[in-house]
Amino acid sequence: MSGIRFLVNGAPAEVDAPGMRRLLDVLREDLGLTGTKEGCGEGECGACSVLLDGQVVDSCLVPICQVEGRIVRTVEGLSLAARERGSLDALQEAFLETGGAQCGICTPGMLMAARAYLDGGGTPDEDAIREAIAGNLCRCTGYTKIVEAIAMVAAPQP
Amino acid sequence: MPTRTVTRPADAELAALVIAPGELTPGRAAGFPLRREGPAKLTGAAKYTDDLVFPGAWYGITIRSTDARARLVAIEPDPMLDWSQVGIVTAADIPGDNVVSGIRDDQPVLVPIGGEIQHHSEPVALLAAADRETLRRLRGSIRVVTEPLRPVFDPEASDHAFAQYDIATGDLQAGFAEAHIVLEGEYRVGHQEQLYIENQAMIAVPGEAGEIAVHGSLQCPYYVHRALMRAIGLDARQARVIQAETGGAFGGKEEYPSIIAVHAALLARKCQRPVRMIYDRHEDIAATTKRHPAIVRHRTGVTRDGRLVAQDIEVIMDGGAYCTLTPVVLSRGALHAGGPYHCDNVRIRARAMRTNTPPNGAFRGFGAPQTQFAAETQMNRIAERLGLSPAEVRARNVYRLGDTTPTGQVLRESVAGEEVLRIAVETTDFERLRAETARELLERRGSGTIAPDPLLTSSTRHATGIGLALAWHGAGFTGSGEVHLASVASIELTADGQIRVLTASTEMGQGTKTIFPLMVAGELGVPVDWVELAPQDTAFVPDSGPTVASRTAMVVGGLCIEAARRLKAEVEARHPGLPFNEVFRDDAAANGPIRIDQAFEPYPGIEFDDATYRGDAYPAFGWAAAVATVDVDLDTAEVTVLDVLAVDDVGKVIHPILCEGQVEGGTLQAVGYATIEEIKLEDGRYLNDRLATYLIPTALDAPHIRTVLVEAPFSGAPHGAKGVGELPMDVGAPAVIAAIHDAVGVWITDLPASPERILATLASGPGRASAA
Repeated sequence: MSGIRFLVNGAPAEVDAPGMRRLLDVLREDLGLTGTKEGCGEGECGACSVLLDGQVVDSCLVPICQVEGRIVRTVEGLSLAARERGSLDALQEAFLETGGAQCGICTPGMLMAARAYLDGGGTPDEDAIREAIAGNLCRCTGYTKIVEAIAMVAAPQP
Repeated sequence: MPTRTVTRPADAELAALVIAPGELTPGRAAGFPLRREGPAKLTGAAKYTDDLVFPGAWYGITIRSTDARARLVAIEPDPMLDWSQVGIVTAADIPGDNVVSGIRDDQPVLVPIGGEIQHHSEPVALLAAADRETLRRLRGSIRVVTEPLRPVFDPEASDHAFAQYDIATGDLQAGFAEAHIVLEGEYRVGHQEQLYIENQAMIAVPGEAGEIAVHGSLQCPYYVHRALMRAIGLDARQARVIQAETGGAFGGKEEYPSIIAVHAALLARKCQRPVRMIYDRHEDIAATTKRHPAIVRHRTGVTRDGRLVAQDIEVIMDGGAYCTLTPVVLSRGALHAGGPYHCDNVRIRARAMRTNTPPNGAFRGFGAPQTQFAAETQMNRIAERLGLSPAEVRARNVYRLGDTTPTGQVLRESVAGEEVLRIAVETTDFERLRAETARELLERRGSGTIAPDPLLTSSTRHATGIGLALAWHGAGFTGSGEVHLASVASIELTADGQIRVLTASTEMGQGTKTIFPLMVAGELGVPVDWVELAPQDTAFVPDSGPTVASRTAMVVGGLCIEAARRLKAEVEARHPGLPFNEVFRDDAAANGPIRIDQAFEPYPGIEFDDATYRGDAYPAFGWAAAVATVDVDLDTAEVTVLDVLAVDDVGKVIHPILCEGQVEGGTLQAVGYATIEEIKLEDGRYLNDRLATYLIPTALDAPHIRTVLVEAPFSGAPHGAKGVGELPMDVGAPAVIAAIHDAVGVWITDLPASPERILATLASGPGRASAA
């Protein structure tokens, strides 16, 4: 079996895995990137959201064979520059300051969905933000402070 | 102390924390410290149970019944297959008592051969193997032989009561004789799933001398500890429970983790290696506890001017197959059943019945959301019948200082029902909006040929409505619960000058790890970052009681403050005239470590008689009001909740951002309960046991939630806090149901208010309650 090669958080990865193995399991178990969570295993909750070539996907629904040659970003690589500095990036800071993370289990997926929204030129418009994170369930926050956090980063700083 | 309203940014008095000059403050949350474990959660570094790695660990699974009730005759692994590579555990392998430690000893860890299966998805055997593929292959090859027995699904047909309470005051007959109007109502609420996003998870690690450590997602380390000791036959040192980062709980990880921990421990003993029991979502919904379904019947006597003179209330809860925490849930439900209103003549009869369905248990609100949905909808119907505003009829009856509750409790302080009601009504301009929606409803009714049907007569295909609800919520454990718990919280000053808080109170998202250091730092006058928190590990921390009943900030937080005051006094006594923060390090170096163990002492003057159900049911009550506005699609009857204003009196706000977060999250769970969350059963089995079929609100379903925090402090707690977690859960659903009535003119008396149910109710005639 030849390895499946892809880029994860800026670093090359090669895994020997059955083609139908879930990207989620490859990340968590083969690569030790446990920041990505499993909530339902059937694409309903979004806890396992990662970016695949910049698009937000449920990693529980992606077989690893589809990842060959592609770019994966997980919460661990949300902001490589910030990680280098040993600090949080603006989005993480905003979640922290507004109270957008409570139990934290939806947070990695929520951050990835928010990142994709912001990278795609997302504005502070509340309805658009809600639409962008509608695939990510949160049971703690009522979403109020999550929306507030994303809007804070999307807004041009005064 | 007077009641006051907290608005952001917090005022100076609230900001009791001290920041040392020059200390780095990379960010603040509305002037308060950031969530302590927040950075770990935001970078993916936080370790939840399934993220923990134990080399050589096997995977464990549970073989469950497919009968609702049956005798277990045999468990037969297919003799044609090789079972040498797996561990199998049955009831015969249980070294201690085959009992899940709880209120009663009725629930087995595993059903024994010859024993009775009491519900669908009940554990009968356990399997472990090195890989999941082996388990998938073999799990279907264990034959569970049963003799079916006749199940009972209707709680009203059950002959087994887990608990029964009768609360009575005054003269009911005289009350009804005085009434000008008598209104009857029947209300039904179904199961609700906690739906924490992290599924139940436990990992058991066996030691060399028979000891077992369990790492897991849980609310109550010492509940799990007791369960392990009992079923595995361990002493207090041999059993060890360590909480991993916990991804939401809401009551769902109060009692249920005990059985999973015991299962994992049994497999770990059998296989002599760590065993991971990580539920998937399907198993989690199918097997674990839910909010108790309830039937609540009201007969209410009211005078013409809207004064309650008689309340006759019957509560029937469905406990499911085993007792779990049902007696305590029923107790809270019964004690809150009349709503936050004074009435001289009250009878509340409550019972919880056994049925052959999976056991129900703790969920945010703990019985009170069920009975207060009924009480508040009844109150809204009374207002309608009298032609009074729902705000006015509440204002005339809401408890005031000095009033007496049906258990004979005199409300001596911290009574803020009027206050939260007034704020809710004024902030939303409730009466003006209500007048507008009433006019719109009249126009729709009068504009078409089929006059009385609001769905068919308007050119606008949407109707908006506004609704109000009010509630009280007893703070801390019910009755003498706190006295029995005798919780302990500790503070250490180590020889090297570290200040450490030791409690068993868990962080599950609500903010324990942030507020305890904040409270202690405030007392000691040190920067909040100087206060460490010991891990929730039974090897280190004392039993501070369970992390439930909104008691963490109030009760355990109160103990932390008392302990901090004692520590400060002890140190300062040795250094006259010098403050703690200047001398504690030198003091520790010179005099050695100090440990203060602060045990709960009964709140002065608070007494409850469990036998007669008379006295102070709670040391104090929190008060909540909600105003919801909804949009109802007049073609599909789909409800969109647009806005909720939540006004909550929590006694004392410790951290405004975290406190608001509790109100917002609880409000959305209540909106889900009111509109979309429903478990369908067939022959005692949950049909919609997946996230694709059990729906919770997404960001698009969620209303705008505005929060007003009110402080009516409780003098028995050193900081005045009364708790916040459960309060918003009591008011959201009845406010939404009232708003739906305001929009389309019918009362939905069974939750949730699904489009199907609204259409059916409209078809049975506007203004009528839905058929039970």
